[in-house]
Amino acid sequence: MLQGWVVVCTSFAYLGLLFAIAYYADRRADLGRSIIANPYIYALSLAVYATAWTFYGSVGRAASDGVGFLPIYIGPTLMIALWWVVMRKVLRISKENRITSLADFIASRYGKSALLGGLVTVIAVIGIVPYISLQLKAVSNSFTIVLQYPAIVMPAKVGAVPIFEDTALWVALILALFTILFGTRHLYSAEHHEGMVAAIAFESLVKLLAFIAVGVFVTFGIYDGFGDVFSRAATDQELRPLLTPLEGVAGGYASWVWLTVLSMLAIMFLPRQFQVAVIENTDEKHLNKAIWLFPLYMLAINVFVLPIAFGGRLHFPGGIVDADTFVLTLPMAERQELLALLVFIGGLSAATGMVIVETIALSTMVCNDLVMPVLLRMQSLRLNERPDLTGLLLGIRRWAIALILLLGYLYFRLAGEAYALVSIGLISFAAVAQFAPAALGGIFWKGGTRRGAFWGLLAGFAVWFYTLLLPALARSQWLPIGFLEQGPFGIALLKPLQLFGLSGLDQITHAMLWSLIANLGAYVVVSLAGTQSAEEHRQANLFVDVFRRAPVGARFWRGTASAPDLHNLLVRFVGAAAADDAFAEYARARGLRWPQAQLPADAELVHYVERQLAGAIGSSSARIMVAATVKEEALTLDEAREILDEARQVVMYSHMVEQKSKELEAATTELRAANEQLKELDRMKDDFVSTVSHELRTPLTSIRAFAEILLANPDVDLPERKKFIGIIAKETERLTRLINQILDLAKLESGSAEWHVTRVDMREVVGDALSGMSQVFTERGIAVESRLAASVAPVSADVDRVIQVLLNLLSNAVKFCDPANGRIEVVLADLGGEVRVDVRDNGAGIDEKDQQIIFEKFRQAGDTLTNKPQGTGLGLPISRQIVEHLGGRLWVESRPGGGARFSFTLPALGQEAAPAQARVAAAT
Amino acid sequence: MADFEAKGQRMIALCMLGCVLFNFPILALFNVPGTLLGIPVLYAYIFIAWALLIALMAWVVEQRD
Repeated sequence: MLQGWVVVCTSFAYLGLLFAIAYYADRRADLGRSIIANPYIYALSLAVYATAWTFYGSVGRAASDGVGFLPIYIGPTLMIALWWVVMRKVLRISKENRITSLADFIASRYGKSALLGGLVTVIAVIGIVPYISLQLKAVSNSFTIVLQYPAIVMPAKVGAVPIFEDTALWVALILALFTILFGTRHLYSAEHHEGMVAAIAFESLVKLLAFIAVGVFVTFGIYDGFGDVFSRAATDQELRPLLTPLEGVAGGYASWVWLTVLSMLAIMFLPRQFQVAVIENTDEKHLNKAIWLFPLYMLAINVFVLPIAFGGRLHFPGGIVDADTFVLTLPMAERQELLALLVFIGGLSAATGMVIVETIALSTMVCNDLVMPVLLRMQSLRLNERPDLTGLLLGIRRWAIALILLLGYLYFRLAGEAYALVSIGLISFAAVAQFAPAALGGIFWKGGTRRGAFWGLLAGFAVWFYTLLLPALARSQWLPIGFLEQGPFGIALLKPLQLFGLSGLDQITHAMLWSLIANLGAYVVVSLAGTQSAEEHRQANLFVDVFRRAPVGARFWRGTASAPDLHNLLVRFVGAAAADDAFAEYARARGLRWPQAQLPADAELVHYVERQLAGAIGSSSARIMVAATVKEEALTLDEAREILDEARQVVMYSHMVEQKSKELEAATTELRAANEQLKELDRMKDDFVSTVSHELRTPLTSIRAFAEILLANPDVDLPERKKFIGIIAKETERLTRLINQILDLAKLESGSAEWHVTRVDMREVVGDALSGMSQVFTERGIAVESRLAASVAPVSADVDRVIQVLLNLLSNAVKFCDPANGRIEVVLADLGGEVRVDVRDNGAGIDEKDQQIIFEKFRQAGDTLTNKPQGTGLGLPISRQIVEHLGGRLWVESRPGGGARFSFTLPALGQEAAPAQARVAAAT
Repeated sequence: MADFEAKGQRMIALCMLGCVLFNFPILALFNVPGTLLGIPVLYAYIFIAWALLIALMAWVVEQRD
């Protein structure tokens, strides 16, 4: 059943099935019910990494190198561990900037540079062409081999065929047609090809199943399990070295490490990987599952590589059958026709998947980053006046796809036969690795400049071209072989495979070393030596700090635009329906209804249109188109001043804040002081209460004691009883006086005392007080001398209160004056503005330290513990309260042994304000 | 965000672990004649270590935040 027509029909049926899947997925996407928006499809689509090279070539490499093929899959596993950090950032950047391809990504990072985008595109196309030729070679070889069934004949033995009978050409043409139908039926918004992704995921399943099927058949069908294959290999002279292969190969470990690094970079920067991993990604969260599912896929597809390789070598000894074809030739040799057909379809899957995604990605790059920027700059084409450019865009892409596949075929005819599959693939890997410094540096290092990226890429690409591509052409006799063996013009130092005399490395390691040194060196050195433009600086910040800030609009943009112009621009590139949708959505987000309401053509709208446009034609082309439609102007002096004003305002605000905080600090200090004072007052109140209760208890104790004596002893005789009752009466009187004074003081302090302020002549008041006390003076035999001024100014005072003060001072004088020869002197003087009264005694005087204490409540001069207190200790505090309330002062002058002189002043009338002020002072 | 960073650091650590496992000199330790269950030691080691690394990656990345 492996006749030619069966194989051809099955192949077309398979391609038809793919087309149906893609068509269905596109329909579902249009209905808003995407079937690809899940992590499993995402992970399977990433498996487009496994191409015909994996399917056929891994076995080929394993048959000659043992584990040498594994770094190609272990490298991506290591890189994917970093995806959580790196790929999440790339995804976020790409979504925010509507990146459409790898070239767009790099160009956008370095100031939307069209030149850089073009260079990346050229490198990608030239670098990938060998890889595409590899797929063509694999498909046409497998087809040729299947057609020879049941004989097993290598394609090379079939002989050269005229070009139009060459299967590879037909394969290329059919694949080109298929891809054009597939990927460029219409323009996809932001390059989301949902149908393509669904088909690729399906192909990944098919190739995995086919490979595992043949693996199981070889391992368990032809042989008796893994152990059997390996033990037979161990007995074979040729195969035994392959069982510990890293020792035998020269520079084994170095080559292993470089292959790992190379494939780490390839999984990021192969255009098709960037397409499925970044551009086609629908949700960042899908990364979670893909991070382990995709490595698992690679593990699964590699498990049977070694058994098939060893099985093939054992089965076809002597090298008559190319190891690259073991996957197909083993089932054929065992007459397993159905399995052979499945393998052929699996290989077709692997090859078509790669070709479809790669050419679509490359055609997008060619169109957006190479052709359109050039066409748009050519004024003579008058593209700006064409109403609809979607047809042009699709046309460019279709031609690009056809051209790339034909280039692949050309390379196949020129150089393909000289190399095994794996070596061809590695040449492409080395080419795309050149994007690593500019792309990875661009997302983690703000300092990378456009010039640095340009020269880095150019230098790396030049070295790659010289050390890998030219030798490949030379080996195919398209260049003189002496170019390799003696160096160009016989200069040995420039030999492409031993550049500057570096030998002992395999070709790929040698090329990678030199190209990455040149690339990274130029990128870093040129970046550090130059400066960035404003646009570059803006984009650098946007890329590197993508997680740190919201996307910024064109804040300092200045220009004149009109909304209809912008709408027309969008219509021309994305079509009327998509443009209307975009405008309606923009208006809806701002609470407007479009087209009923006009949209203001401000910086925000221009920025929005540019982003939409970037989704269709790439950021550099979008920049050119928008710049042409919108008359952009430089900032005027006024606007610069406005910006400066804003800055100044900010500075002013910050000054204000500073001042407020200082004020706040001051207020805090004040409050703290007030709090301290309150605490002190609280403490004083507590002291006062405890003192008062102590003072009250003293008379109460003696009253109670004598009352109890009288109660207990009814037969106390009369004189005794009279004496006791006398004491009780005296103590009661003292208690009453004390309570009265406390109440008085409380009233004065709280300000609730009643004052009957009248016009008072102090001469009369002093006279009244002296005559009131005259009886006491006489009893004690105290001489009183009063020297009253002839006339004093009247004062405003409460007569009773002033008399209370005078009586208190006089009775104190009586108490403390010399007991034997008492003398009291009272002086009244008018000091002009105030009236002063002095009361002087000739007693023991008051110590300096006691002179303030006596004015405090319940405090008396001398030791109250040993001397019986005379009086309540409240007289002087009350007197001072009264005098101060009336606006005067009360003080004492004394020295021990020289008597004491108490003086107070009262303001003369005409100074009405004074009492009020004094009251306020007393209240606080 | 702190969880995101912690996860990122764990993944970076796994990548470094992989770089050590699949490199000289660890690789050289297993690059010896002999078999494990009939499979050459080097092949068995690479596939087992690879599977283990993938399992660890799955475990770290699928952890609930």
